[in-house]
Amino acid sequence: MMSELKTKEAFAQSSETIDGNIATINFGPTHPSTHGIFQNVLKVDGEKIISSEQTVGYIHRAFEKLSERRPYNQITPITDRLNYCSSPINNMGWEMTVEKLIGAEIPKRVQYMRVIIMELARIADHLICNSVIGVDAGALTSFFYPFTEREKIYELYEEICGARLTTNIGRIGGFERDFTPAFHTKLQSFLKTFPKAFEEFDSMLARNRIFMDRTKGAGPISAERALAYSFSGPNLRATGVDYDVRAMHPYSSYEDFDFIIPVGVNGDTYDRFMVRQEEIRQSVRIIEQAYKNLPEGSYKADLPDFYLPEKADVYNNMEALIYHFKIVMGETEIPPGEVYHSVEGGNGELGFYLISDGGRTPYRLQFRRPCFIYYQAYPEMISGMSISDAVLTLSSMNVIAGELDA
Amino acid sequence: MEKLNNEAILNLIQGAFPNDVLFHEEPYGLLTMEVTAAKGHEIIEWLKNHETLSVNYLTNIAAVHYPEDAGREFAVVYQLHSWKNLFRLRIKCYLPKENVSIASLVDIFPGANWMERESYDFFGVEFIGHPDMRRILNEDSMDYFPMRKEYALEDDTREDKDDRYFGRNNQ
Repeated sequence: MMSELKTKEAFAQSSETIDGNIATINFGPTHPSTHGIFQNVLKVDGEKIISSEQTVGYIHRAFEKLSERRPYNQITPITDRLNYCSSPINNMGWEMTVEKLIGAEIPKRVQYMRVIIMELARIADHLICNSVIGVDAGALTSFFYPFTEREKIYELYEEICGARLTTNIGRIGGFERDFTPAFHTKLQSFLKTFPKAFEEFDSMLARNRIFMDRTKGAGPISAERALAYSFSGPNLRATGVDYDVRAMHPYSSYEDFDFIIPVGVNGDTYDRFMVRQEEIRQSVRIIEQAYKNLPEGSYKADLPDFYLPEKADVYNNMEALIYHFKIVMGETEIPPGEVYHSVEGGNGELGFYLISDGGRTPYRLQFRRPCFIYYQAYPEMISGMSISDAVLTLSSMNVIAGELDA
Repeated sequence: MEKLNNEAILNLIQGAFPNDVLFHEEPYGLLTMEVTAAKGHEIIEWLKNHETLSVNYLTNIAAVHYPEDAGREFAVVYQLHSWKNLFRLRIKCYLPKENVSIASLVDIFPGANWMERESYDFFGVEFIGHPDMRRILNEDSMDYFPMRKEYALEDDTREDKDDRYFGRNNQ
């Protein structure tokens, strides 16, 4: 393997030019290998990238501004569209932020249910990212295998909230209903079949000679640089830093579970891939523990001012109808305050900085979007690489347009 | 090593900068300080290099607009994190609308680059010493800063809609 690393390093450091002409090419905005709308203006000497500059903002949708006109429960669907590969994590991160602001106490069962769904979302997120690295390295089969499994996760979402991609899952204070019998059956069968199917996917790439040659040494970043750029999530852990919000600032009872935070060494594409693969295994472990120990209790907190009443009650009970109307219209009492809450999203520390002035909408809401923050290191990471390595680096960083542009 | 509590952290900072911590509170347990805008850069650099505190990670930069608050219309809020001691810290600098500018943190944390560009793009906060002070998400030719409070989300002059009952026209 060292030989391959050396080849890439030598390529990056060699001053030899192909024909001495520097060409400018547009990598994106719409290109099959960018998986989203990203533009990079590359200055290349033959195949070698001399410098590059990103343009971002192609799908900017003014979420922060929109949030200033929406009641709190109407902001959850906005968060769906940040990292749309793992929307449930965004939804629940936002719900937990509001719960922190209003000082709500959340039943243990809800916390465990949330952990199960958030870890399912993490698996779905990492599966997409890793199978796409396969595609960019030329292995299309590895893209189709995990989709069967991802489909099962989406069916589980559907059992809970009826939606698949933009889930708007859960509510402030819990869930709209308990796990259904169908959910239990599907989750049990998923936990039984997934590990085997996943190892099959893993065996296609993890020790594949061609894949390793392509990804080892592609787009590396050192731990020091990654920290300076405020990296978080799998991209940071691939450099060898074991920062994970789930472990450092546990939320939603993550302290109850036993799991390992995998780290890499070189911070290159292969390490990012391997870190995500191991995180999927750990997520399965967490789900198994949470499901096995799922506490009895209510699937919602006692928050009549924020939690929408049961539909049956709304139709038959005057009080419930009033609360329903008040919550839907956003006429609930929100305490003034300032709160920062972060969760470990698919890509790293997803933070919500919320300032409330006591009005029906946030005074200011800012999303700390991990993609936006680490994507600025991209030119540094691909400098001296070949164009094909730049493609691999982009997909292995898992830059999601929705989270990048907000 | 003993875990630092907010009081100890505050004492250390106040010891080094006796006149610059203007206000402090702990909403939801997170130490929040207002510091003089001119010293913001220096304090953050000091925090990063401090042996005990070692505030090594810049989590976030957010700008906030308070149009009613004369002389301190804009706030720049830094969320910092010390991994060694596992505490978060929030530092705020208030800026007047006549001179919305503050020293850039790019020399301390290169990751501040885009965060500051975002604050400039949406609020018009100028970061002095920033290597590339341009808009980032919005179009370059835009001539206003859309997250400022004077730009309401919906066009107030619209007459075809009556949404008093949705609580929207009574801001």
